[in-house]
Amino acid sequence: MHPITSRSSIRLIAVATLLTLTFAAACGGGEEAPAPASTPAATSAPMGNTPDLSNAGTLTGRVMFSGDAPADQTVQMSADPFCLTAHTDAVMVNPVMVGEGGALLNVVVHVSGGLEDYTFGDVPSEPATLDQNGCMYMPHAIALRTGQPLVVRNSDNTLHNVNVQPNANPGFNQAQPMVNTQLEKTFDTAEVGISARCDVHAWMGAFISVFDHPYFAISDAGGSFDLGQLPPGDYTVEAWHETLGTQSQQVTVGENAAVDISISFGS
Amino acid sequence: MATEPVDAARHGLWLHRYAVLTAGATFLLIVAGGLVTSTDSGLAVPDWPLSYGMLFPPMIGGIFYEHGHRMIAGAVGIMTFLLAFWLVRAESRAWVRRLGILSTVGIVVQAVLGGITVLWMLPPAVSIGHLGVAMGFFAMVTTIAVVTSRGWATTALDSNSAPSPLPRFAALVTAAAYAQILLGAAMRHLDAGLACPDFPLCRGALLPDIDSLQMGLHLAHRGGALVVLALVVALVDRAWKQHPEASELRRPALAALVLVLLQVLLGALTVLSQLSVSLTTAHVGGGALLLASLVVLTLRAYRRLGRRDGRPVGEPVGADGTVDAHPEPAV
Repeated sequence: MHPITSRSSIRLIAVATLLTLTFAAACGGGEEAPAPASTPAATSAPMGNTPDLSNAGTLTGRVMFSGDAPADQTVQMSADPFCLTAHTDAVMVNPVMVGEGGALLNVVVHVSGGLEDYTFGDVPSEPATLDQNGCMYMPHAIALRTGQPLVVRNSDNTLHNVNVQPNANPGFNQAQPMVNTQLEKTFDTAEVGISARCDVHAWMGAFISVFDHPYFAISDAGGSFDLGQLPPGDYTVEAWHETLGTQSQQVTVGENAAVDISISFGS
Repeated sequence: MATEPVDAARHGLWLHRYAVLTAGATFLLIVAGGLVTSTDSGLAVPDWPLSYGMLFPPMIGGIFYEHGHRMIAGAVGIMTFLLAFWLVRAESRAWVRRLGILSTVGIVVQAVLGGITVLWMLPPAVSIGHLGVAMGFFAMVTTIAVVTSRGWATTALDSNSAPSPLPRFAALVTAAAYAQILLGAAMRHLDAGLACPDFPLCRGALLPDIDSLQMGLHLAHRGGALVVLALVVALVDRAWKQHPEASELRRPALAALVLVLLQVLLGALTVLSQLSVSLTTAHVGGGALLLASLVVLTLRAYRRLGRRDGRPVGEPVGADGTVDAHPEPAV
């Protein structure tokens, strides 16, 4: 929130609270009346507790792929001379990116159950950045918190459109015709696998996942992920892949335990 | 049988040619619009009416299709206003002048729908409406081209023959073809094109269980194709058997028969090719041509057979009950 807006809101809330307390019987239905309900004092109690990490365990793992992955596809960039000259070698893409030993990349792993009693207010202020570079999205899969800024940057000296089509959040389709420009958005509702695409360059696609807690990660080149420290308890861990679907498993994290799980996807 | 007097000069040969040109440009516009959807370029230009804040953005990637569609649309818009202006100035029949003015309303509505489609990020209902208005506009311009032709004025009237059901039947078949086009648009914009990935069966069955809206739409479009095919065959049969001397009816009837068969083939190939850009777009264009051929046939059938009082359809009657085929244009 903008600081000026914030100060104005505090003043408004203070005045509204005073008026509400003084004229409670007479002022029902006034617009200011609901304002006190949004003050921190009024909302903090029923929203649950922040996790106690004093005896937390850790949850890590690896995502593996078995079976035959689809063949790599060569991207035809001849539609845009800039894209064509941005790469010296042919650009290959594959929605199922398999690394050494069957490690599966770009899987969004997150805790989907077991956090219901907690609240997580520490939303990072630094943005998650999705870059359009060489007419490709980097990274291909990105995850962030609700309320955390998403910056979409154009590092290319060509124009892109940023077409983001969520289901639970408002979508947008914005032009980025200039190099080194960026746009900033936030998402208010948790949602996995929001499609982002550039319709100018049909091969450009990425996926954005948004969470209302910090327990999420994207599998790296080794298929590894680290969900960090969790309070002891029973959790559901879910893994989402853009073409292979969703896998979930129940995990128990003990006090100070280091839990390492394996998640498998098949063709 | 009676024949209206011919006065080629007064019928405005160039006006007719210009109307045909406008109809041709509209057909190109529909094909270009089909390409936008087939190449998934509908949102490649996020703003409207400008494109990336420019009149002429770089024609790269999906912009080529989307902005190209807008440029052709702009040209058709100008052509339509010129056509309406020409009709208002030179056309003697009030209803044709009104049709010209109505076509300008149609192209403006269509442009606004196109803008909404982009700005609201392709809501299916608007996209379907965009195609529906496009086909309606195409039918309108085709009508203007037909009724300004020399053949329209010189049509031989079967005023002494028994009443013929052909005009009404032709109108029914035209309406059925239009409905089938709308079904196709719904299928396309609700991603139902491959709800049945096989052909002629659907998921291996002749009548499979319908498990989604997409599958229902797909099967409805296939069923609609059979209905339209049967109707067109029946229409062509009647036109040829009942009016063998009427070449102006036989020609569009034959065109409709060829086009409906081509459409069935293209529809099958569209599925089997997994929505190939060229085949899917050709299917859209074929639908437009089928509609146009049926509009031509219907208009000519009404012209030749629609009135039993001895005067042709589309000509005003004077206060004394006589036909005034070419009154002075309204000022």
